Amino acid sequence: MLGQLGDDAKLLAGGQSLIPLMKLRFANPAHLVDLNFISGTSYIKQDNGTIRFGALTRHAEIEASPLVETIPILHDCAAGIADVQVRNRGTIGGSLAEADPSGDWATVLFTLVADVRCIGANGERTVSVSDFIKDAYTTDLAQDELVSEVEVKIPPKGSSGAYLAFKRSAPVYPTASAAVQLTMEGDVCQDAVIALGCVGLTPIRVKDAVSAMRGQPLTEKTVASAVEAARAAADPQSDMRGSADYKRTLVVALVKRAIDIAVRRARGEQGNAGHIYA
Amino acid sequence: MSESIENISIQVKVNGKSYSRSVEPRKLLVEFLREDLDLTGTHVGCDTSYCGACTVLMNGAAVKSCTVFAVQADGTDILTVEGLEKNGELHPIQKAFGDCYGLQCGYCTPGLMLSALQLLSHNKQPTENEMRKAIAGNTCRCTGYQNILKAIHVAAESMKGA
Repeated sequence: MLGQLGDDAKLLAGGQSLIPLMKLRFANPAHLVDLNFISGTSYIKQDNGTIRFGALTRHAEIEASPLVETIPILHDCAAGIADVQVRNRGTIGGSLAEADPSGDWATVLFTLVADVRCIGANGERTVSVSDFIKDAYTTDLAQDELVSEVEVKIPPKGSSGAYLAFKRSAPVYPTASAAVQLTMEGDVCQDAVIALGCVGLTPIRVKDAVSAMRGQPLTEKTVASAVEAARAAADPQSDMRGSADYKRTLVVALVKRAIDIAVRRARGEQGNAGHIYA
Repeated sequence: MSESIENISIQVKVNGKSYSRSVEPRKLLVEFLREDLDLTGTHVGCDTSYCGACTVLMNGAAVKSCTVFAVQADGTDILTVEGLEKNGELHPIQKAFGDCYGLQCGYCTPGLMLSALQLLSHNKQPTENEMRKAIAGNTCRCTGYQNILKAIHVAAESMKGA
């Protein structure tokens, strides 16, 4: 059907971004295809060391799911996206397919082994989340494809993460965000992934931070070089949410704090992360 | 562009009463409630999915009715502020908002009360942080929120027995 409707068709998932965009006439689709009447598209399942999310699984369902407790960074994300009302409607598949540079899910999934399942007239295919997000508002989806599922590998023991997003108030997109996933063995960091959100056209994986941390004890100095690498990797734009300098400073604080929480969680301790707003 | 779009028939239960209506596909749920059903207690504040004045419960979940199409409410159960009062008795949340001065101009109040209701129907004794999180999607430009939090606390106490 999407093939027949052509470029003028838009898919409606949770609608929490698309409907406001249509009201502003930023999106003006000739055909709007509501996916919400397709049954069996909202689920959270655990098998073979992965957790699979149906494309139309609402943020609120992920927030409430006990399965997500094994990957705390997913809970950090789901529990703080916009507000209760938006989380009751908005979906993980819709958020990824929209690929808003300020969206939360892509940034968080960049730190995990995560795949996006795409389905179309020619069948199904799986693409890693980093290959799926091509550019701002641009994904790897063909015009006649849609997201059917998101699959996340459960990280090994000793691995944990934290997501911190700073926003001016609950309903708005974050000003900047940082996702950190660390694998610890004692005080030594075996592996690390740091991704930054809202400070580039797509989430940014901080490669230099990984080389600074991998195989190293996480001393103040190691953390400082990882944080400095994040500051350098951020490529923010000045806009109504803040100047580029302000956002870079924010990234420094968020990454530092997220590393601290991820380390504590990897040790089995508690740590509060998520969205920060007044 | 939309000349040929036909109306769509929907069946929706609002405040316990079933309605069958034919609506334009582009009509928003809040417009349907206000214009087609004359239930003007649900307000339009920002119309950009920010302020939460239009919050209603859809199958028990708070949604911003300015960001849901009326056709998407087909087959659902909607609760608006008009459905809170029962047999001439105010709902404990309505009573608490009044008693605690949890409102001034009142424009945001219907939405806030429905967000509070979603919270209290899942959580009988919310902490202050849980209350704050539950109403984070509802903007009030008069009260400063303190009396709203007080009202939700008082409502929780009086609903415990129920």
